Amino acid sequence: MDLTLKVWRQKDAKSKGHFENYKVNNISPDSSFLEMMDILNEQLINECNDPVSFNKGCKKDGPIAFDHDCREGICGMCSLYINGRAHGPDNEITTCQLHMRKFKDGDTITIEPWRSNGFPVIKDLVVNRGAFDQILQAGGFISVNTGGTPDANSIPIKKEKADECMDAAACVGCGACVATCKNGSAMLFVASRVSSLALLPQGKIEGARRAKAMVSKMDELGFGSCTNTRACEMECPKHITVSHIARLNREFLSAKLKD
Amino acid sequence: MTKLISLVPEGPLSQKWTEHKSHIRVVSPGNKRKLEIIVIGTGLGGASAAASLGELGYNVKIFCISDSPRRAHSIAAQGGINAAKNYQNDNDSVYRLFYDTIKGGDYRSREANVYRLAEVSNNIIDQCVAQGVPFARDYGGLLDNRSFGGAQVSRTFYARGQTGQQLLLGAYASLNRQISKGNVKSYPRHEMLDLVVIDGEAKGIIARNLETGEMERFGAHAVVIASGGYGNTYFLSTNAMNSNGSVLWQCYKKGAFFANPCFAQIHPTCIPVHGEQQSKLTLMSESLRNDGRIWVPKKLEDVEKIRKGTIKASQIPEEDRDYYLERRYPAFGNLVPRDVASRAAKERCDAGYGVNEKGLAVFLDFSTSIERLGKDVISSRYGNLFQMYEKITDVNPYKEPMMIFPAIHYTMGGIWVDYNLQTTIPGLYAIGEANFSDHGGNRLGASALMQGLADGYFILPYTIGDYLAGKIQFPKTDIKHPAFDEAEKNIKERITKLFSIKGTKSVDTFHKQLGHIMWEYVGMARNEDGLKKAIKEIQELRKKYWKDVFVPGENTEFNQELEKALRVADFMEIGELMARDALNRKESCGGHFREEMQTEEGETKRDDNNFMYVSAWEYKGEELEPSLHKEDLKFEFVKPSTRNYKD
Repeated sequence: MDLTLKVWRQKDAKSKGHFENYKVNNISPDSSFLEMMDILNEQLINECNDPVSFNKGCKKDGPIAFDHDCREGICGMCSLYINGRAHGPDNEITTCQLHMRKFKDGDTITIEPWRSNGFPVIKDLVVNRGAFDQILQAGGFISVNTGGTPDANSIPIKKEKADECMDAAACVGCGACVATCKNGSAMLFVASRVSSLALLPQGKIEGARRAKAMVSKMDELGFGSCTNTRACEMECPKHITVSHIARLNREFLSAKLKD
Repeated sequence: MTKLISLVPEGPLSQKWTEHKSHIRVVSPGNKRKLEIIVIGTGLGGASAAASLGELGYNVKIFCISDSPRRAHSIAAQGGINAAKNYQNDNDSVYRLFYDTIKGGDYRSREANVYRLAEVSNNIIDQCVAQGVPFARDYGGLLDNRSFGGAQVSRTFYARGQTGQQLLLGAYASLNRQISKGNVKSYPRHEMLDLVVIDGEAKGIIARNLETGEMERFGAHAVVIASGGYGNTYFLSTNAMNSNGSVLWQCYKKGAFFANPCFAQIHPTCIPVHGEQQSKLTLMSESLRNDGRIWVPKKLEDVEKIRKGTIKASQIPEEDRDYYLERRYPAFGNLVPRDVASRAAKERCDAGYGVNEKGLAVFLDFSTSIERLGKDVISSRYGNLFQMYEKITDVNPYKEPMMIFPAIHYTMGGIWVDYNLQTTIPGLYAIGEANFSDHGGNRLGASALMQGLADGYFILPYTIGDYLAGKIQFPKTDIKHPAFDEAEKNIKERITKLFSIKGTKSVDTFHKQLGHIMWEYVGMARNEDGLKKAIKEIQELRKKYWKDVFVPGENTEFNQELEKALRVADFMEIGELMARDALNRKESCGGHFREEMQTEEGETKRDDNNFMYVSAWEYKGEELEPSLHKEDLKFEFVKPSTRNYKD
């Protein structure tokens, strides 16, 4: 496949960014999207090192910075906004699980970073998602120390509850929900943690404290509010549903009422 | 000269840890506040250690190269975690878990360490449940288990196909709690580039801020290495793209011994390589072997037809299928350990029965189980893995069998540590995959998670106290000490050198070449000539690298090519040490298969008279041959025998 790539380039957080066009040829449809990005980068490295093409006006930009790590859809590191969709044109995947067979020969593909107040750009397609860590530090845990815990089977949990908890806990913290939301809301991310812990007897104990602390941290960090468009649910690579946002709202409201 | 003293306590096996921990020193709460500990890496080992040390009241700093601690590659572990709970009433016990692990490792690990691992395994499950880890449960509300390779009991706890993720999120949550309390300070996007040793003791690190390129100095009373393994030496592996062995290598060059570097695990069930553009391999969990059956066609003409695409695997009748693991190893069948399953796949493919275009794949088939249990049950057990497979290959594994092939997955070797998990440098500790201690020549499935968390939650927090108790009078490390100046100067020179080469080839080009050499000669089968050739070729490649690599950009910016360039420079040296160790170990054991040493049936042939030791390599200087130290392995409680998975 031969493709034209329209890629967001931005030197650093302070600089202004712009789109740049690149061509890549002979891409196998079996390649992953990120392997295609590797090929483009190899090409850009060779170009900026080659005096001939350099003199022909080759840009000095060098390779494109993008985040990636496990390349199997679980670490949550990869984060590209492709043709107007977080993680690109396929459902229930992260960018690294997107394959080139989803595109056609001759396509032009637009590639941008996550765009949100909460996620400032570090370089090109790399953003800072430290805000997610801060939200979880505010209360996304059960307060137990190492050791002195009861036997695991002394806390029976209904299978259905455990399964639902697992559905919510599958969040990989990629930020697609925020990037997709027109308000830049982090509600689905916060809900996944609050809801998964609220479903467990161990987690219920400090449920009220958790919901209040995490929501208030989210607000403080400049994420927008939820207006129930459900766009986040559509783009979540782990298909976490907005029913968890409903549970978060219940947890939050009942905590506030008790205040 | 540094001597290897394992510090394994005397006494009966089951009492060693109890006795040892009751006699080591502890630090009082008031003094803990004055002591600083650096932890490198935020996977299961690093996160659990930092959280536990923070809870105890130490001052902890934790570093990771990703944007968040949660990205560490432990997150990708799929299948499960072992523990000797015996919840299934199948006669499991601490001793049985110990025995399976030491046997699975082909008798090349320490009895005392492995027993301790099995002993604390049950605490891990309790701990994780208390943290809210959603392990799979039965309708009665109690925990469910499944089986993994190398065991005849069901002792593996799991959370769908995302067990590593859920355990890591548990440890990460505990870590977050300590960060919020101010006991732990987190440094994401920071890469350790050197260890600082003062008066023979580990006293700090130099780290590069990956966002700005700035060099930063951090002092401490002790340093804990939890940076994982070095499987990416092979370029293609199931490790994450950024996983690397550089921290281990820095410690090695500063005097920590590197143990059993040649012990690398090749996992039998990975998605086969599709082409030259490939950047990484994807694992299909071992848990799939609970319900999947591995086979190739019996007839070569069927193989031909499958490769041409004229028939589908599902059209081949039962009697024409060779379920070769069930045939060769009736007692364990599809659940033989990883090294055995990998070699058996290689044997069939070498004989011409490989089922993809390149002849480098075998089938993993679920049709029997789907017929027996129904699609829904299979989907509830492995749904996300099936989805992952289909996304990558465009084949629906509910209808057609998966194609799989062995790939590099884990490194059993690592930094040498004593019973306290302390390296040959006082004050420097290594935990999880970064050390060598528990898995011998082959790690059993679902044991990596167990080891990472055992080290981090329950072992290191005790043993490090024994060292730190002697440091309560010591002031904070002065980061203006000349040892910091020198370390920083050396790194800066190395970086300047890399930029100044301005050669013609990218870092990846060299990394791929290194990977080819490693897979060819230091891969699934090794022999003397090949290993000698590998050493020579790696040395030549390394020379070329330092003359012809091109690193674009600058040091003072976010520069992923520079990050890779530093790591690949180290891989080129690690690869050579792996080959050297493999050459020295003239026996076959676990994942290390020397072709010269095999039985008539093609099984591994150990040489206990000459090689019942841990090889620990000492760095002697640039381009000098390292020297070999041996820690003899003593088996007081089990009798090493030939591993038998047949009956």
